[in-house]
Amino acid sequence: MPNLFTAQARARRRTIIPGFGLTTGFTLAWLSLIVLIPLSTVFIRAAGMGLPEFLEVGFSPRAIAAYKVSFGTALAAALINAVFGMIVAWVFVRYEFPGKRIFDALIDLPFALPTAVAGIALASLYASNGWIGQLVEPLGIRLAYNPIGITIALIFIGLPFIVRSVEPVLADLSRDAEEAALSLGASPLQVFVRVILPALLPALLTGFALALARGVGEYGSVIFIAGNMPFKSEIAPLLILTQLEQYDYAGATAIAVVMLIVSFAMLLFINLVQSCSRRRVDA
Amino acid sequence: MSASAYRKSGAAHALILIALAFISLFLLLPLITVFAQALAKGFDAYRTALVEPDAIAAIKLTLTVAAISVPLNVVFGIAAAWSIAKFDFPGKSVLVTFIDLPFSVSPVVAGLVYVLLFGMQGWLGPWLREYDIQIIFAVPGIVLATVFVTFPFVARELIPLMAEQGRDDEEAALSLGASGFQTFLRVTLPNIRWGLLYGVLLCNARAMGEFGAVSVVSGHLRGLTNTVPLHVEILYNEYNFVAAFAVASLLAMLALLTLVLKSILERRFDYQHGSVGH
Repeated sequence: MPNLFTAQARARRRTIIPGFGLTTGFTLAWLSLIVLIPLSTVFIRAAGMGLPEFLEVGFSPRAIAAYKVSFGTALAAALINAVFGMIVAWVFVRYEFPGKRIFDALIDLPFALPTAVAGIALASLYASNGWIGQLVEPLGIRLAYNPIGITIALIFIGLPFIVRSVEPVLADLSRDAEEAALSLGASPLQVFVRVILPALLPALLTGFALALARGVGEYGSVIFIAGNMPFKSEIAPLLILTQLEQYDYAGATAIAVVMLIVSFAMLLFINLVQSCSRRRVDA
Repeated sequence: MSASAYRKSGAAHALILIALAFISLFLLLPLITVFAQALAKGFDAYRTALVEPDAIAAIKLTLTVAAISVPLNVVFGIAAAWSIAKFDFPGKSVLVTFIDLPFSVSPVVAGLVYVLLFGMQGWLGPWLREYDIQIIFAVPGIVLATVFVTFPFVARELIPLMAEQGRDDEEAALSLGASGFQTFLRVTLPNIRWGLLYGVLLCNARAMGEFGAVSVVSGHLRGLTNTVPLHVEILYNEYNFVAAFAVASLLAMLALLTLVLKSILERRFDYQHGSVGH
C-alpha cells in the first residue's frame, strides 16, 4: 500500500513541533562519542591482531576456564532465580501478608545498592565464620571463595530482573482460564504448567536473559566472594582486569570482544522474544 | 494476620514462607550485615572511619562525579526522548537499541574501551601526553566511565513516557503562539517531571555506586582518584573491616533512601515506569 504509506509519512512530516534536527543530531553525536566510537575501538584493535593471535589469546586455556566459570555460575544463578523469582512474584501478586510493602521495595535493592557493598556484605555473611557460612561449615560445605560463592552473588544481582519481569504479566493474567481448568478437574500443578506457565513464558524468558547477561558481565559483587583462583574461580571480567594490569592489552581486548559478542547475542535474543510476544498479543 | 484477599491454603502459607526466606537470605541479611559490621566496634570507631581524610576525599570525588554525570544524562535523556517520541524517522528502533547497549556491556569492558582510547598505549595516548592532558587514572576518565554505564537510565524512562503522551499538548501550545522552548518548559517538562525524577534517582544511585568501570580507569590513587566504592575495596583488602563497612554503610543508606523515594514516586503519583533492567 504505497499510497497510504506516503500519505502517512506526509502527515507525520507536517507536525509543527520544532527541534527534530537539534535533538536527533545531539542524540546521535553524544551516542557516538560516548558509546559507539569507544566500543568500536575494541573491535578495531581485535581486528588488527589477526585471527590466529586473536584465537590464541581470546581462547587460551585460562580464558576458556574463565568463560566456563562466568557462564556456568550465571546460568546456575539465573535458573535458581527463575524458580524462586517466580514464587516471589506469585506471592506478591496473589497474597496479602504483613510487611509486604517492605519486602516488595527490598526486591529492587540490587538496583540501588552499589555492587562493591553487596560484594563485601555477601562475603562476610557466607564465609565460613559468617552468620550463614558457619551454619553449614560443620557439614563440610563451603559457600564462599569458590564457584558457589560466585553463584550466590549472582543470585543477589539477578533476582529483581525475574521478579520485575514476571510480576506485571502475572497481575494482568485473567483468572477465568485458571478457574475453568480447576472446575474441570485439573490439579493445581496441571493448572500451573498448562495455563499459567505458557502465559508467563515470554516475560520469564526476558527476565532470565536479562539476569544471565548481567551475571556474565558482573564484577563488583562477585570478586569479594569468588576466591579468584585462576582456572577455578576466576571470572572473565576479572581476567580482563588482570591482563590490563600486566599491560597485556591484546589479551584484555580479545576476551572483551568475546564477551561483547555474547552479550550482543543475548540482547538480540531478548529483543526477539519481546517482539514475538508483542506480535502474539496484538494478533 | 492482615485481611487476606484470597483464601489461604496450606500451600499458600508455604509459598509465602519460601519467598520471604529467599528474600531474607539473599537481600535482607546482606543489608543488615553492612550495618552490623560497621558498628561492630562501637559508634566511635564508626565515626572515626568516616571523618578520616581519605574517606572525605573519596566522598567529595564521588559527589563531584555524580554532579557532572547525572546532569549530562538528563540533557541527553531529554534530547533523545524528544527526538524519538515526538518524531517518526527510519532507524528509530535501532537507535533505541543502541541507547540500551551500555546495560548489556560488562562494566569492566566499559572501562577497558576508554583505556584503549585514552590510555598511554591507546590511540589518543601519545597526542594527549603531548598536550599534558590526563584522562585515564584521573577524574575525567572516572566521569567518562560513569557516563557510559549510566547512559540509558534517563532516556529509558522518558522515551516510553513521552511517546505515550503524544504530541497534542505541544502542538496546541505551539499553535497558540508559544515558542519551542516555552512549550518545552511549560508543557512538556511538567508532563514528564515524575518520570524524569525517577530516572535521575536511579541514575544517581548507579553513578555514586559504580565500581567495575571506575575501577579500571581510576588507578586507585588514594585521596586523588578514589571514589567511595573504591575506598571500600581498599579498606576491605587491608582487612580494615570496620572502616570498610562504615564507609559502605553510607552507600547502603543512599540505596535505602533511593528505594524509599522510588516507592513514594510509584505509589503517591501512581507513576508507572515502563522498564525493567537497570
